[in-house]
Amino acid sequence: MIDSNTFDPHFKFLIASEPGGENIKRCFSCGTCTGGCPVREVTDRYNPRRIIRMAILGMKKEVLSSDFIWLCSSCYTCFERCPQNVKIPELMNAIKNIAAREGYLPASMKSQLDLLASFGRLLEVTDFENEKRKEANLPLLQGRTEDVRKILENLGFHRES
Amino acid sequence: MNHKRGDSPRNAEYTLFLGCTVPVRALNYEISARKVAEKLGLRLSEVSDFSCCGYPIKSVHRYAYLLMAARNLALAEKKGLPLCTLCSACCGSLTEANHEIQEDEKLRKKINEDLSEWVGLRYEGGIRVTHFIRVLDQEIGKRSIAEQVRTNLSSLRVAPHYGCHYTKPSTIYDRTENPEDPKSLDELIRATGAESVDYEDKLQCCGGGVLAMDEQVALAMAHRKLDHLRAQQADAMILICPFCNVMYEGNQRKIEKTFQTEYKLPVLYYPQLLGLALGFEPDELGMKMNRIKTTELVKKITRRAD
Repeated sequence: MIDSNTFDPHFKFLIASEPGGENIKRCFSCGTCTGGCPVREVTDRYNPRRIIRMAILGMKKEVLSSDFIWLCSSCYTCFERCPQNVKIPELMNAIKNIAAREGYLPASMKSQLDLLASFGRLLEVTDFENEKRKEANLPLLQGRTEDVRKILENLGFHRES
Repeated sequence: MNHKRGDSPRNAEYTLFLGCTVPVRALNYEISARKVAEKLGLRLSEVSDFSCCGYPIKSVHRYAYLLMAARNLALAEKKGLPLCTLCSACCGSLTEANHEIQEDEKLRKKINEDLSEWVGLRYEGGIRVTHFIRVLDQEIGKRSIAEQVRTNLSSLRVAPHYGCHYTKPSTIYDRTENPEDPKSLDELIRATGAESVDYEDKLQCCGGGVLAMDEQVALAMAHRKLDHLRAQQADAMILICPFCNVMYEGNQRKIEKTFQTEYKLPVLYYPQLLGLALGFEPDELGMKMNRIKTTELVKKITRRAD
């Protein structure tokens, strides 16, 4: 049972003010996104039309705390096909940006952030990697860059070790 | 920004952007790309301290993504050369950020205030971003490639996988190619003499984007495509993105186990296929690093050549 008294009517405006979420209110629920979605093809858990509907209705907590918003594969199929130019992958990113700010960051994303802060890349370039590169006659790479950590720290990300 | 065709292929020069996956997990892609570039007269220049393109952080903090992309673009701008990527996600992420920074003066100002204060860099919006395969397609050209083919690959039937970020969102690529009916990779394959095989769900996503969040969903997505490829009895799958490779080659065994099936489908990067056609030995193209053995495929070529 869904209790509409718990809905937050401002949620759609919050999303619309977030970069990427501007066009949420244009959605008329045609389902073109869900119909062509390769993730939906293999699991019921991700359904973009449903997520947008929930967001427009104001089901803020249900949407932000869900794991399904993180299942968009960013393939942009729906982005190309949406007749209302809702820009769904960007809309999902806007919702995820809000979710992250509100403390709903999935563990796997947290660990990606840690890797970026530590090495500036998702995969560390160690001496071993550079040795392999040398053997293959490839130019050597700088092992890590501090710049990404500086950017993240200045934006208020605190590394949890 | 003007998308000029660049100088004549003989002196075209780009800065190569490797991203996270290629220099660690896809050396065969990098080795073969550099080999064919050299052969085709394309010069590639290096920047050793590029970071991640910013793509992974876009879903968490959009502005952090823009700053990371801008930092890389600023380093590339110092070189004064257009940037070309091997990874399609890097291409999409850097192209999108580049457009936004070039078109939005207010944003550019804010980014430069932060970048210069935090890491001592500025980006004025002066470079162009493209994909290595797009360079082969648009600047070297199919005809020129076909003319330089030394080894006949006509015995091969291979299946192109475009992936997502090479053509989509089409708005950031100025609609260079119709994402619902792309042709460039098919044509580049045909230019090598090999047959480009059509198959069901050809344009479907590899699933790599959800791998970190839900492995089973990602594997199920890649599984569908591998099934379709088996149905067409393709000799190999041809990729242009290292993350698609993580799904189709890196995880092929796991998919076989999970779904109780068997493919043993060789997965090549396009520059490896092109390299074979241009007369390079498989070893020179890093084919030993391909996890799914390519011995049968190579035999098929040499049998034909004998």
